[in-house]
Amino acid sequence: MSARAGFTALLVLAVCVAVGFLLLPIVAIFWEVGLRGLVDGLRSDVARDAFRVTLKTNAISMALILGVGTPAAYFLATRRFVGRSLVVTILELPLVLPPAVAGIGLLSAFGRLGLLGGELDALGITVGFTQAAVVMAITFVASPFYVRQAIAAFEALDGTMLDASRTLGAGPARTFWRVALPLAGGGLGAGAVVAFARGLGEFGATIMFAGSLQGVTQTVSLAIYQEFDVNLDTALAISAVLVVASGALLFAVKVLPLWTGSRSTSPSLFARSAST
Amino acid sequence: MDRLALDISLALRTLRVDLALEVDGETLALVGPSGAGKTSVLRAIAGLVRPERGWIALGDEVWLDTDGRVDRPPEARAVGYVFQDYALFPHLSVRRNVAFGGVRRVDELLDRFSIRHVAEAKPAEISGGERQRVAVARALARDPRVLLLDEPLSALDAHTRNAVRVELHELLRELRLPTLVVTHDFEDAAALADRVGVMLDGRLLQSGTPTDLVLGPADPFVASLTGGVLLPGRARRGPDGLTEVELDDGTLVYSVERGVGRVGVVVHPWEITLARTVSADSARNHLRGSVSALVPDGDRVRVRVGLLTAEITAAAAKELELAPGVPVVASFKATGARLVPLAR
Repeated sequence: MSARAGFTALLVLAVCVAVGFLLLPIVAIFWEVGLRGLVDGLRSDVARDAFRVTLKTNAISMALILGVGTPAAYFLATRRFVGRSLVVTILELPLVLPPAVAGIGLLSAFGRLGLLGGELDALGITVGFTQAAVVMAITFVASPFYVRQAIAAFEALDGTMLDASRTLGAGPARTFWRVALPLAGGGLGAGAVVAFARGLGEFGATIMFAGSLQGVTQTVSLAIYQEFDVNLDTALAISAVLVVASGALLFAVKVLPLWTGSRSTSPSLFARSAST
Repeated sequence: MDRLALDISLALRTLRVDLALEVDGETLALVGPSGAGKTSVLRAIAGLVRPERGWIALGDEVWLDTDGRVDRPPEARAVGYVFQDYALFPHLSVRRNVAFGGVRRVDELLDRFSIRHVAEAKPAEISGGERQRVAVARALARDPRVLLLDEPLSALDAHTRNAVRVELHELLRELRLPTLVVTHDFEDAAALADRVGVMLDGRLLQSGTPTDLVLGPADPFVASLTGGVLLPGRARRGPDGLTEVELDDGTLVYSVERGVGRVGVVVHPWEITLARTVSADSARNHLRGSVSALVPDGDRVRVRVGLLTAEITAAAAKELELAPGVPVVASFKATGARLVPLAR
């Protein structure tokens, strides 16, 4: 065997080890739960409540992230000002912050005894250990995944397009809606999917700030953790559904930029292979 | 018809653009090498970049006045801007691209620019010539009172280019709007514009009709831009009221123009005739040399002889049996030898 062939074999081996190690646990989930266990597990109240809470809180959270994150990202991508890097760093901080720290932080700010606890109390608002707390935890942890990608997508826009829009009589707002948003659409969609995936899996910040009350604040991740001690089949069944959902989301991230790729300059989050 | 007038000073990364212009219902071409600041002038007029100092006005409507703190945003300046690569919106159909500027005249413009058959196509799906027409139609849909064209022909292949140049010239003559065309190509400028301004390093070197610039270049750069060949030498008063120029290689050349000291003799290729021996023609100047290159250009041939380039018909080249290395005499009249002062 020549040295070159040997090297190639080494590379292939590395790929096999990596794929095997990552794939095995996923296969094991389906193997362990079986079809019967899957159906029974998903029929349980715990599972149903968890999916309901998860979908509701994540939907609200995504609306908040898109609604606030998109204009913020557009501003940061198209303007240069002193302190811009600092602002971007603050927005990206939750990416590297341990979720448990995020939970403590949210508690310290909005909890009953927190920084704004008194003010919120006076208004009759209790945040801690409610569904609002779940939404806040998810938003805090997932938003940077979207905002970062949105900034990159807007920065990759051809500035001449925005200039052309202005010279054709469109003000800054119309330029944003009719030119910037559609052209950055692929990148924004990819960012939204990644943020959504991160939100689905949120655990640390949620359990600290919102607790794990079934039907109120217990999301799927929290339900898996609780059922792990009580009924392993339910935990496995929920996990299996999440595997499928995650796979679908990942696929969406890869396909979204391709779908709009022919008419958009936004970069895809994942490198495309040369053949596509 | 409103007059576009401006006097601006604009700092770019590597140079400062200082420019004053007045354009009535005519086409002014700004010609110069890339990096001369031509595009920045268009961007300043459109409001896409803000000059540090100066003013821009269309008729009595002030668009920019840094002293009076007037600075209209781009959408409040009635310009039709055709960008260098057209900047068509890739996500919108041709029809929607045109309608972006204004919906009132869309059908009329689609017909007028013969792009109705591609109205529902995306810009990526149509030809370069069609894209150019869409870009112009879109710019006009806004009912502009000033037209700005940035290298309108440079994205086209040679074949399409000639046809589009003719179309565009007719359009500009018909519209009679104050129009600024930016190009690096003097031929394009001469074909499209009533007046040409030569820009170099952010300043206007010379402006006038294309003929003015060819016949009376004020500067070696203008001379070479208009296609002239520059022969450096030293001028003094010669016989018969002519100016005698001793070229750097010792050859004597005569010009009807006055000049003294260090000058460049500018000769245009079409004023040079070639022969195998000095003939008894009316040309005063005869330069000997051997052919170094032959470049065919349609039914004509550009022949390099020493520093000179002569443009002769293909038939004449054949008759003279021209080939690299063949000794020839290049002749031109004293009226065809223009003088520009050289520095030093």
